[in-house]
Amino acid sequence: MRIYVLLKQVPGTSDVKMDEETGTMVRTEHKNVINPLDENALAEAIRLRDTIPQAKVTAISMGPLHAQKALREAIALGADDAVLLSHKHFGGSDTLATGKALAQALVNLAGGSLGPDDLILCGERATDGETGQVGPMVSAILDVPVVTYVRKIVLEGRHIVAERVVEEGTEVVRLPLPAVITVVKDINQPGFPTLAGKLKAKTCDIPVLIPDDLGLSRDDIGLSGSPTRVVKIFRPKLSRDTVIHQQDTSGVAVDALLDFLEERGVI
Amino acid sequence: MVLGEQRDGVLHPVTFELLARGRELSDKLGEALSCVVLGCGMERFAEEIIQRGADIVYIVDNPMLRRFLPRPYSTVLARLMKEVKPEIVLAAATTQGRTILPVVAAKLNTGLTADCTGLDIDPVDRTLLQTRPAIGGNVMATIKTPVARPQMATVRPKSQKPLPPDKTRCGQVVLKTYESGIFETCEELVDVVKDRTQDVNVQDADIVVSGGKGLKSRDNFRMVEELAELLGAAVGATRDVVDLGWVSYPHQIGLSGRTVSPKLYVAIGISGSVQHLAGMQTSETVVAINKDRDAQIFKVADFGIIGDLFEVVPELISKLKERSNTKAGREG
Repeated sequence: MRIYVLLKQVPGTSDVKMDEETGTMVRTEHKNVINPLDENALAEAIRLRDTIPQAKVTAISMGPLHAQKALREAIALGADDAVLLSHKHFGGSDTLATGKALAQALVNLAGGSLGPDDLILCGERATDGETGQVGPMVSAILDVPVVTYVRKIVLEGRHIVAERVVEEGTEVVRLPLPAVITVVKDINQPGFPTLAGKLKAKTCDIPVLIPDDLGLSRDDIGLSGSPTRVVKIFRPKLSRDTVIHQQDTSGVAVDALLDFLEERGVI
Repeated sequence: MVLGEQRDGVLHPVTFELLARGRELSDKLGEALSCVVLGCGMERFAEEIIQRGADIVYIVDNPMLRRFLPRPYSTVLARLMKEVKPEIVLAAATTQGRTILPVVAAKLNTGLTADCTGLDIDPVDRTLLQTRPAIGGNVMATIKTPVARPQMATVRPKSQKPLPPDKTRCGQVVLKTYESGIFETCEELVDVVKDRTQDVNVQDADIVVSGGKGLKSRDNFRMVEELAELLGAAVGATRDVVDLGWVSYPHQIGLSGRTVSPKLYVAIGISGSVQHLAGMQTSETVVAINKDRDAQIFKVADFGIIGDLFEVVPELISKLKERSNTKAGREG
């Protein structure tokens, strides 16, 4: 069994610069982290791997070369190996172009087609784009089932029983592998790097795949392979005319709040 | 084309928000607005869907569609969209919509924009302008799908008021049938468990009362629950509070929890980290109670009280009770 974790390196802060012309994020090599939900996905992959003899966890990412750092971190956390898709022509990919590239990489890594008990895990969304689209898109491109918002995974032979968090509660879905699962924070506490992991991460080879390696043409990838295009970016004006009261013993503040709420039709 | 959302055989009101959006866009384009509902026995909602703005309602009725599962839903929707060829497809940015639309978009090799808070038609080229927050809401992006069709978007719930039902509206109801194979799936819905810790989930609630670390203990958090009950509100919480085990994860609001946009959001003992703000800063009205005047939460609040929540909240609760007793007294 091979468990693939789709991992994204994201900015560690919300202080992100946008390229006004292309409307894409300027990804620098500083202050980046593994997307938190992908950390959860990785921890889950490792947990599952440890229950299945000879199973392996491969972390895959698409990004600038400095995303290798995130992949080394994944290995320090316990992934068996990692692969990076990186090339300037991948730049500016929207979710569909990203999905196509990752799907092709998965197919290649799996030796032509996904194995019958292969599993693909990723976080439900990334903290920068927050679309949550790549996981389901990859499943559609690979024509395998997907379960999203998963907080618990149980392996039953070649089947997965997944508990997903929906608005009104939870649903339990059972489906056969191979499959894609997107996970939410509730699934686990992400792990810590081990000494062995850190040593391995220092020296291991992380292959970098380019479009030619995946048989992808210019039209399939990057900005040109993206059906969506950002035409404008702006900082939202989140200024509200805040009315502030200082609490004291007079009770004026709370009275004012009640009046305010009544005015707004809430009470 | 708008995707109606059904849960448990009942049409969810977010459908009407989508119809309001769709109606506006259709009118600008001079095109018809259709609504698709997949499920079992959903035909009974067709009339209201028309009253709320649709010109055509497509009903696909099959026991296999009773509950949402990605495979049959995506296969049917992709087929229907290839037949109808809508210019635009909208769905709610709910767990259903955010799962099904990317699958369908990939099948149709077209573009999809997630979680839009703004939708408009470009007056020059008549394409859909899709505006959405990114990076925790610190940046807004307007996106187009210039060539690929349909132009697909999921829309943030509660970002649009539904149109009131107009009983004079007429429309067409089309019952679509397909060969049984289209509904087959390897997915099996084994169990559905309703969350009993809340009557209204945070995303559907009109009012959310949320508590943060400032409450200091699980026992104190009961104040938040009491206030919520008084206001008929759902209970929200910050990540810290959920990590401390005071409430369960479905109540978590923020970047790694849920995004809400209620009429009123009350933040109690919440400092307002970027991650938390990302989950609630588009709420219509925000009230914050915190003893730290520099707390970031006040930046997104319409009304704030700087003070000790252990004084403010009990006072608020007792005065609220008073007000409702007085009202009852008057009406009695």
